[in-house]
Amino acid sequence: MATVALTPQAGKPSRQPGRRRGAVRLVLLLALLAAVLYPLLWMLGTSFKPQNEILNTVSAWPQTFTPGNYPDGWTHLDVGFGRFFLNSTLVAGLVVIGNMASCLLAAYAFARLRFPLRRLWFALMIGTLLLPSHVLIVPQYILFKTFHWVGGSFPYLPLVLPHFLAIDAFFVFLMVQFMRGIPRELDEAAKIDGCSPFGVFRNVILPLSRPALVTTAIFSFIWTWNDFFRQLVYLSDLDKYTVPVALTLFFDSTGQTAIGPMFAMSVLSLLPVFLFFLAFQRLLVQGINTSGLKG
Amino acid sequence: MTVTTARSRDRAPAPSGSLARRRRRRPAQREGLAGYAFLTPWFVGLILITAVPMLLSLYLSFTSYDILTPWTEVQWVGLANYKRMFTQDPSYWHAVLVTVKFALIATPLKLAAALGVALLLNQERRGTGLFRSLFYLPSLLGGSVALAIVWTRMFERHGVVNAFLAVFGITGKAWVNDPDYALETLMVLAIWQFGAPMVIFLAGLKQVPTELYEAAAVDGAGPVRQFFKITLPMLSPVIFFNLVLETIHAFQGFTSAFVVSNGNGGPVDSTLMYTLYLFIEGFGRYEMGYASAMAWVFLIAIGLVTVVLFSTGRFWVHYSDEDDR
Repeated sequence: MATVALTPQAGKPSRQPGRRRGAVRLVLLLALLAAVLYPLLWMLGTSFKPQNEILNTVSAWPQTFTPGNYPDGWTHLDVGFGRFFLNSTLVAGLVVIGNMASCLLAAYAFARLRFPLRRLWFALMIGTLLLPSHVLIVPQYILFKTFHWVGGSFPYLPLVLPHFLAIDAFFVFLMVQFMRGIPRELDEAAKIDGCSPFGVFRNVILPLSRPALVTTAIFSFIWTWNDFFRQLVYLSDLDKYTVPVALTLFFDSTGQTAIGPMFAMSVLSLLPVFLFFLAFQRLLVQGINTSGLKG
Repeated sequence: MTVTTARSRDRAPAPSGSLARRRRRRPAQREGLAGYAFLTPWFVGLILITAVPMLLSLYLSFTSYDILTPWTEVQWVGLANYKRMFTQDPSYWHAVLVTVKFALIATPLKLAAALGVALLLNQERRGTGLFRSLFYLPSLLGGSVALAIVWTRMFERHGVVNAFLAVFGITGKAWVNDPDYALETLMVLAIWQFGAPMVIFLAGLKQVPTELYEAAAVDGAGPVRQFFKITLPMLSPVIFFNLVLETIHAFQGFTSAFVVSNGNGGPVDSTLMYTLYLFIEGFGRYEMGYASAMAWVFLIAIGLVTVVLFSTGRFWVHYSDEDDR
């Protein structure tokens, strides 16, 4: 890595064209970036525009600043958006906890312990990585329905419980990869000091796995927050809706009439993910590097 | 390979410690038990959340199950669901076509965009990290309902895209409401999220040894030639990785298609992605037997696509450790 850094212009015949090329590169990048970020800026701007200004304008900047879209959108549905945000936070929070705990346990077993059929189970775990969740949604729904979990007293159970059972193989894999980087000498030292496999887990692996746990927590939160398919399938009562499901309702009921408020709520719905991005951007980028996780 | 070294290292200190522990279980046995103990949640998940539902859906795919029928009265219909799917349901084939078209066009373009920007960014300059993060941002936000809503509004008749085109005197269409273009707007949304593969490409580019470029430059190879003779082959494992991941991802597109079409795959089924059709059959019409059959065909199709990708990979993916031999 470092060698690349020292000679970035390898193969360039002379310095002058290299510099010019650097300028072209920068202009190109800035233009691309403007195009890529424009939808986000336009979204933000539109959320402050009055209705008559939204159509037929290129500009992201609102001529008439209309912050009223936000309170309008907040109370537009029969249940206030505060409720939906609370619901989404609850679901995402529980998924984060479930993923961190269960995936860590499974990863420790795969990365550090030797037991019969380990390779087989590991291969199976990797196999479930590529298993599309849509394939299982129908039978899972039927199964959870027969357990009376769907629309029960805690309707988020079908959304949350699987994550306490380490079904996110991505995170198990991520943690296994991470743990393989922890020196085994530490395990051995702990064993010589009389630690059982659980003791090694508790005293060595758990404290040292914090970076992998943080990555898992962030991605779990973002994915669950943005997840739509499962929440759409499992949630049926308006006051139990999460933010994405509530947003589609908005879309249905208003048609052309309340774009501003709809945009305002869309902006708010992305805010938590954006804040996570601001706080952890370096970690997020590293996270995809180590395991190929997608955003 | 890590496993073998791990094993030899684990074995070595065992004799010294075993005397003291012999009173209790042998360490290996104890570790085996611990292994299964730590895996218990995962096992329960594997059985309850994955294996049982898979078998259940295989069974259901041969029935006319809907959620209302009691279990005792489920009708076995044999291959009727599959027959209907392949021979009597034009919407099904339409959904297959839409999905394949989407994956076939959006994935290569997304990867090309990712590679292009990664090449532009592959220089240690100030601000590179910021660029990388900002290009990555759409990958985090793009899968959400909010962005699908924004996209729908951008590409409607009086949307911002047409307002932009009007500057150049072009009269745009109502893109999202036009059966010929609705799917294309979703493709643009997918391509817009090129940041995640881009970050992976950047990591791959950092691994290409600089000496290769230096040697090539000495031999008189220009930048274009260097790209095709060095960068592309050296990057092929990463390209392959991204290709597999993004193709499978593309097959599963749901949210944007649902939002753009208000959940019905319109206009004229033009955005009827496979998963959306599965959702409509399973949870809109409660044809859960039929939806299960669709799910199994989907699973097999994805498996086949993966196998095909891997088998073609042998011809163009170049692993650098092969050279060392």
